[in-house]
Amino acid sequence: MGASGEQIQLGEAEVERLVAGLRRILAADELLLGREEVTPYECDGLTAYRQQPLAVALPAREEQVVEILRLCHGLGVPVVARGAGTGLSGGAMPVAQGIVLSLAKFMRILDIDPLARTARVQPGVRNLAISEAVAPYGFYYAPDPSSQIACTLGGNVAENSGGVHCLKYGLTVHNVLGLRVALVDGTVVEIGGTAPDSPGYDLLALMIGSEGMLGVVLEATVRLTPKPQLARVAMASFDDVVKAGNAVAEIIAAGIIPAGLEMMDKPATRAVEDFVHAGYDLEAEAILLAEADGTPEEVAEEMAAICAVLEKSGASSIRVSRDEAERLLFWAGRKAAFPAVGRITPDYLCMDGTIPRKHLAHVLTRIAELSREYGLRCANVFHAGDGNLHPLIMFDANRPGEIERATEYGGRILELSVEVGGTITGEHGVGIEKIVQMCAQFSPEELAAFRAVKAAFDPPGLLNPGKAVPTPRRCSEYRLTGSARQG
Amino acid sequence: MNDLTEQLRERVLAAATARAPLRIRGGGSKDFYGNPPSGEPLETGGHRGIVAYEPTELVVTARCGTPLAELEAALEEKGQMLAFEPPRFSPLPAGERGRGRGEAGGPALSPNPSPASGRGELGATVGGAIAAGLSGPRRATAGAARDFVLGVRLIDGRGEVLRFGGQVMKNVAGYDVSRLMAGALGTLGLLLEVSLKVLPKPAAEATLRFELPQDKALEALNRWSGQPLPLSASCWCDNLLSVRLSGARAAVAAARERLGGEALADADGFWQGLREQQADFFRGDAPLWRLSLPSKTPPLGLPGAPLIEWGGAQRWLRGELPAAQLREAAAQAGGHATLFRAGEDEKRRAGGAFQPLAAPLMEIQRRLKQGFDPQGLFNPGRLHPDL
Ligand SMILES: Cc1cc2nc3c(=O)[nH]c(=O)nc-3n(C[C@H](O)[C@H](O)[C@H](O)COP(=O)(O)OP(=O)(O)OC[C@H]3O[C@@H](n4cnc5c(N)ncnc54)[C@H](O)[C@@H]3O)c2cc1C
Repeated sequence: MGASGEQIQLGEAEVERLVAGLRRILAADELLLGREEVTPYECDGLTAYRQQPLAVALPAREEQVVEILRLCHGLGVPVVARGAGTGLSGGAMPVAQGIVLSLAKFMRILDIDPLARTARVQPGVRNLAISEAVAPYGFYYAPDPSSQIACTLGGNVAENSGGVHCLKYGLTVHNVLGLRVALVDGTVVEIGGTAPDSPGYDLLALMIGSEGMLGVVLEATVRLTPKPQLARVAMASFDDVVKAGNAVAEIIAAGIIPAGLEMMDKPATRAVEDFVHAGYDLEAEAILLAEADGTPEEVAEEMAAICAVLEKSGASSIRVSRDEAERLLFWAGRKAAFPAVGRITPDYLCMDGTIPRKHLAHVLTRIAELSREYGLRCANVFHAGDGNLHPLIMFDANRPGEIERATEYGGRILELSVEVGGTITGEHGVGIEKIVQMCAQFSPEELAAFRAVKAAFDPPGLLNPGKAVPTPRRCSEYRLTGSARQG
Repeated sequence: MNDLTEQLRERVLAAATARAPLRIRGGGSKDFYGNPPSGEPLETGGHRGIVAYEPTELVVTARCGTPLAELEAALEEKGQMLAFEPPRFSPLPAGERGRGRGEAGGPALSPNPSPASGRGELGATVGGAIAAGLSGPRRATAGAARDFVLGVRLIDGRGEVLRFGGQVMKNVAGYDVSRLMAGALGTLGLLLEVSLKVLPKPAAEATLRFELPQDKALEALNRWSGQPLPLSASCWCDNLLSVRLSGARAAVAAARERLGGEALADADGFWQGLREQQADFFRGDAPLWRLSLPSKTPPLGLPGAPLIEWGGAQRWLRGELPAAQLREAAAQAGGHATLFRAGEDEKRRAGGAFQPLAAPLMEIQRRLKQGFDPQGLFNPGRLHPDL
């Protein structure tokens, strides 16, 4: 599938000027041109959607980014920023008449301030690299997407990425204090900072989760969290997903906010166990992981409380990690869920709806019904604490019609999430993948407000055009045909 | 429970037709905050009630006119709280008087015994709390008002009812317009409803007190904040540093042992007095400045003795101080200065309540205002003369 979104058309002369300009700004090995060279950049983690860009720029210095933006602004050329390309919604997919601006070379951690508990990093720094760099000071960077060995801070900011520890420690938006941003015309601004509550509107809140559409992140200042002395995780099996869902509610009702609270259904557990050998219970209909962290006394107190609730909620077995190695093993399975499912199917689509947890049973039942209706398998991985559900729809792109069926099935799941009062995306972003479902979640007036936000930052609309916010035309088509089925 | 959405919408539409600006007002407890309000008053107090509260989902949704006290009482019943501790700046409801003004928490910080400080005749509302975006003592560790906003329903300047975010913890569909409303002082729209993340109240709390000069206190606060300690609030004033610990019983006990200091008896009263600015430091009519700084900023050596909160990141000063010097000093340190409470003339002389923004950022803000409220109907000038 290809979808460039925006109807920008460049003449031959403009393309020539663009290439000449890029050659001036970039060294030969910092500029990729031509089909073969740009192909590795034609998609992100959502490989079903591909598009060749005019060029890929790989600058290494801020001045180059600024000049590229000025050049593109002058010529009216779209710019798609890119980090590691692990995004799952097509956010970093190129635009046909535009360039890809890769920030992959901005890999420096500029400053670690242990007293202020902050680090200032370039956008191409990998998520895990921050935690590794600050570990000697007793800190870590809390948001931990499962892709953390690869994904970049720039991408995390653009998607407001979460991880398994976000219920207690917050999402990217709660852990990024300030940004240095290049605006569409190359103007560089500082947004937010380490002093609380910047004057005026909270532009930082808008930047985070803006999918590369409001500005290019040049630097991020992040909050560092002191490493807890100890963490232990309980792994509980349930013979019924509804019981597991209720256990989650009961843990929270008991006044506990676990450091992590994750659930997997049977198909997910089986795929993972084959891959990681974490000792998961293969007979369980659902597995729940609940982590306690803090001082040893605190962990003992909280873990006892968690286990009591799990037992009362009907867990068929409970294992608590005995040491750090076992704790990491229990988590390794959960963190490898996507690649594990990737091993048992040629292709999969990862959905990302968030639902009020009380509707979990209903939603899972519907997902299973739809699975039969579409004849496609589905495994469910669930950030149970915060209601973020990742159904993994398995398919084979080589079989005619399957990708369309998978996409439609996914669309139905997203609409279901909206129906029960949730949202189409909790952490992966809208990108190109869920752009049609935006019309289900928002009214034309609300979408117009999003366009106004976009225009406030990017008046010519050159940054990642065609993503996240659908055009009015697209939505009227959607409303006419009724749902994702025809979308 | 009272749903006045239609009436409020009609008022906005009428104002749009007449091009007559509106001054949105909840309980009036924060009338003092920001630049002087103007426009035809539009009271939101009637639009009240908790629309949905699911303790196990950690989410509450309330209409804008719901008294903050009512909302917090409902949470309290389920052992939960608004962790950003929004200040009410209004007299406490009768039932809570006792707690708010118990034993004096120390000479400099005894809670003000007289509620009649002219600070808002009605109770603070939920809408006002989010629009003002103010947070209390727990902010440094728990997060700010904006961190707890999950969704809003609002009326924009065209009279459209719009919904952003939702009642779930994670949501990245569209730009995060709901958080944008926190601190916007009602200049982008009339908040009809807000959904907030709530948290369980900590099982245990304790407050410790240390006698320390300012520089040593700042140093200690920053050092402690970098350790896995259950800190939840801090206050330094008159060479006394008070630190609150919150969390599991075992964690609080272990941290007490480790930090030493002296236990404070009426800790609740002390923190309540601080949150509501009823402590001695805040008494009287002298202008009140708020400096927001990187927490590790050393003592700034500005005129007057500060009261310091949020681990060093929020510092209060009293008196008719030179605005330019304060703003310059704050900016130098990477922060900003707000003339928090003062007469209109004083605010005018200071060039407005808030620190000016860099030109390109101001341009974005103007365009945002234009997008949500093209005619400039809502609270004109309250946040900035141009917004
Ligand atoms: C196996 C796997 C597991 C994953 N697990 C999680 C998870 O647990 N939680 C989670 O939230 N996500 C997860 N993801 C999704 C993905 O890793 C995140 O969205 C991540 O933040 C993307 O980072 P990236 O560097 O790869 O960004 P990219 O994919 O390169 O780009 C993503 C978006 O960010 C924009 N962007 C990139 N850099 C910048 C910049 N400097 N300035 C402005 N915009 C920029 C792009 O334009 C694009 O819109 C997972 C993905 C995979 C493949």
